[in-house]
Amino acid sequence: MREADDRDSGSWIPAAKTSSPAPTLTSVVPTRPVRVVITAAAFAATACSGNQAGLNPHGPIARSVATHGWALLAICTVVYVVVMVAFIIALGRRRQDADDSPETSARLTRNVSIATALTVITLIGIAASSVVAGRGMYSPSGAGAITVDVVGHQWWWDFQYHDITPSDVFTSPNELHIPVGVPVVIKAMSSDVIHSFWVPNLMGKRDLIPGMVTNTWIQADEPGVYRGQCAEFCGHQHAHMALNVVAEPMDKFQAWIRHQRQPALEPVTDQERHGRDVFMQSPCVTCHAIRGTDAGSHVGPELTHVASRLTLAAGTLPNARGHLAGWISNSQSIKPGNRMPPNSFAPTDFQALLAYVRSLR
Amino acid sequence: MTDAMALERRQMITSADQERLRRQLADTWYVPRGIIGWFSVADHKTIGRRYIITAFCFFVFAGVLAALMRLQLAVPNNHFLGPDLYNQIFTVHGTMMMFLFAVPVMEAMGVYLVPLMIGTRNIAFPRLNAFSYYVYLFGGVMLVVTMLMNTAPDVGWFSYVPLAGPDYSPGKRADFWAQLITFTEVSALAVSVELVATIFKTRAPGMSLNRMPLFVWAMLITAFMVIFAMPTIVTCSSFLLLDRLVGTHFYNPAEGGDALLWQHLFWFFGHPEVYIIFVPALGIVSSIIAAFTWRPIFGYPAMVMSLVATGFIGFGLWVHHMFATGLPALGLEYFTAASIVIAIPTGIQIFCWIASLWRGRPRFHTPLWFVLGFFAIFVLGGLSGVTLASVPFDLQVHDTYYVVAHFHYVLLGGSVFPLIGGIYFWFPKFTGRMMDDGLGKWNFWLLFIGFNITFFPMHILGLEGMPRRVYTYPDNMGWNTLNLVASAGAVLLVLGGALFVYNVVRSYRWGLAASENPWGAETLEWSVSSPPPTYNFLHVPVVEGRCALWDRSADPPIVTGIRSDCREVLVTDVMDAEPVHKAEYPAPSIWPFLCAVVTSAFFIGSIFTPWALPVAIVPLAVTLIGWFWPGKKKERRRDEDAMPVMREVRA
Repeated sequence: MREADDRDSGSWIPAAKTSSPAPTLTSVVPTRPVRVVITAAAFAATACSGNQAGLNPHGPIARSVATHGWALLAICTVVYVVVMVAFIIALGRRRQDADDSPETSARLTRNVSIATALTVITLIGIAASSVVAGRGMYSPSGAGAITVDVVGHQWWWDFQYHDITPSDVFTSPNELHIPVGVPVVIKAMSSDVIHSFWVPNLMGKRDLIPGMVTNTWIQADEPGVYRGQCAEFCGHQHAHMALNVVAEPMDKFQAWIRHQRQPALEPVTDQERHGRDVFMQSPCVTCHAIRGTDAGSHVGPELTHVASRLTLAAGTLPNARGHLAGWISNSQSIKPGNRMPPNSFAPTDFQALLAYVRSLR
Repeated sequence: MTDAMALERRQMITSADQERLRRQLADTWYVPRGIIGWFSVADHKTIGRRYIITAFCFFVFAGVLAALMRLQLAVPNNHFLGPDLYNQIFTVHGTMMMFLFAVPVMEAMGVYLVPLMIGTRNIAFPRLNAFSYYVYLFGGVMLVVTMLMNTAPDVGWFSYVPLAGPDYSPGKRADFWAQLITFTEVSALAVSVELVATIFKTRAPGMSLNRMPLFVWAMLITAFMVIFAMPTIVTCSSFLLLDRLVGTHFYNPAEGGDALLWQHLFWFFGHPEVYIIFVPALGIVSSIIAAFTWRPIFGYPAMVMSLVATGFIGFGLWVHHMFATGLPALGLEYFTAASIVIAIPTGIQIFCWIASLWRGRPRFHTPLWFVLGFFAIFVLGGLSGVTLASVPFDLQVHDTYYVVAHFHYVLLGGSVFPLIGGIYFWFPKFTGRMMDDGLGKWNFWLLFIGFNITFFPMHILGLEGMPRRVYTYPDNMGWNTLNLVASAGAVLLVLGGALFVYNVVRSYRWGLAASENPWGAETLEWSVSSPPPTYNFLHVPVVEGRCALWDRSADPPIVTGIRSDCREVLVTDVMDAEPVHKAEYPAPSIWPFLCAVVTSAFFIGSIFTPWALPVAIVPLAVTLIGWFWPGKKKERRRDEDAMPVMREVRA
């Protein structure tokens, strides 16, 4: 299998856990081995410990929730310890016989009443803390928020960047780029079943409900790649419906926007040109769009700049040539039940197709 | 011991009468034999026992499914189960645990114990009781069969639309789920009606509402919750079936339907459901603590009011399952407050139990150990529940393993631990034999340690961002170790479960014979032989205090004037249990079973065609006519119509 070959070069389980800063998007075209390393590192960054964890907040909402969560943990720990200590003393205290004296009963009545009163006070405190922590969640506090639409599909995400100029509207499947320090309003919709948008480090769990538009907002304080995952069970491949949020400084973000607005790059080599022909004559074209070409179907994710993304198949695979080959030839063995059928090509056609798709940066 | 001596003296004096009465009652309240007889039984104890055994069979089945899931999740990127099978397994696990184990087993405990605890001869509407059991059994078997045939529902125990709707779940899998709900609705509603009628109208004289055992209170409140909660799920699962079978558009947003309508209806049932499972367990805990401290539960009025409050507030929490759906903020905060408020009655009960333990001298037998385990686990689960009531925190951990940890702490810790304790406690009453206490303690520690190793790490997994309902997860997310630990804990849980089954089987065959009241407990079921005779009580007792047996005078009064040559029971009034009437219960009959067969065939048939309804009407009518065909009443003499009297029997 092609996947197997690939494990040798760009392993999909990166050996070295990188704690390196977020990968920069490749602006120069590195040589192949270098690129493999970069994509592997990128994948490591997108799927590594703490990169999808509420305990590791990187935005204002996530941080206020984490603080609130620690406060809850502290309160609950104290309550738990107090109750358990009372309970253990009640069990273990030495007594001659059962104690039915009126004094004991009166004392117990008093203690139960005090405990109940303390419970009420603690709960009021928790409720107040919850309201305070939740205050900023519903609408962004700062000005200059940008808005991105997210449309959920079984089992991938489509982020749509709108603009007044229709030709500047573009979509970025499974990869949400945001500027650092700017609130980003997410307008959430679904094309099929209910999904839920959730990036734990930045927050915003919000369901994508067909027939409705829901809103949430996120903000990243530092550049980085933050992984998110669908949080509402949405069928077969709910487990493989991840997304990456790439937070970058404003200038880099603007550059990315400008690049994404462009139609697909023209193929350069003969092989790539042949690959484009293969694409246009194969079943690929019935589902995928590549702006600037005749491929215009929006059943599956748009491929205009597919090679610039960090991952394939909604965070399932690192974006490397071997994985792409495995995915195109038999995606069902990787993500069973997804909507893409297996494809078979003549070897030269297949190499050309891969070269073309890999050129769509 | 003066109690026992007095009883003995009385028995000597009237032994000939007693013997005659005993024979006549046994004759009247016979349990039919033979194959047809087996399907005709309408005795609450026999049906209750079958219910409990069946529910535990489903528990084992669903537990095995859980073990398979833990096997799959032990390592990342595992290929042991594919997404199709995994989704079926987690759906069937949840559905079976909720609808076929937890609710029915609690109602079954009520079916068996409530008539004994309140001093009557059978449950009200005994034939309906038999019918409810068979409907439940057939529904459960249907789900097991679909699982074994790899066509089980795969859309989660909550079956959110549109995923469960006709467009995204072609085939019949989701229909099996929806129709299973119908089966369990029918049986749960039937049992609840019986329990309410039994508790309100057939309590022994003297057992006014303020003397009712806490277990009976818990069952009463549970029954009312079922009666108010189940109709909404009847509605929403019927809408789903209609959408799927005849093309209505209740949940289809493209045609003006609403996907969120399902969630409101489902959780309006689904949240009370949690308390339907949990409240009976509170009754069990109270029974066990009272018996093993030899003291009445501290603060009876507070306990009762807390149960009632839980029953009410439980209906005002459903939106906390929907915090992520984008409902208005003000509304969400209301539900935060309501979800937090329900911690108050639960807290009061915990404090009262601690006070009871403080006051009495606990005897550490297996049932009490399970209650102690309940404390350690449930209090933690309750606290994590309070954190989930907070909207911002919930949005972070909603649909993650944190929630999985939370509800296993409250459902296993809050419900299953007391239930298993309750089985150890009442096993002598059910079977006439004691369960092995030594094995019981092993059983407890295996389950307790296994439980915590399995489920505690899931809190952390959730905080580290692991979502629920995923059949696998990537490597390198930092989730590997904790998942492996959780799976290892599951091994202990399986061993604990196996030891429980072994102890039950072994004790049933070779356990020590049990006396009437081996624990010295307070409630009326402990005043009759173990297992109880088919007619329960030789004489309907008169209750003299809140703790029926502990407050009993040396020569307790009894009720006379109830016929022993027909299935006559005493009917009392709701508040004070004053005798008001006598009613005759129907004899055993095969018709409820036949009716259940036809009903089940209709339910299953209507998965495939709407024509099942018109076709089923005729046989259904036949079985119902057979069921309600008036039997021959015994001729009444005039003096027998006189009201029964409470007679002081003095030696």
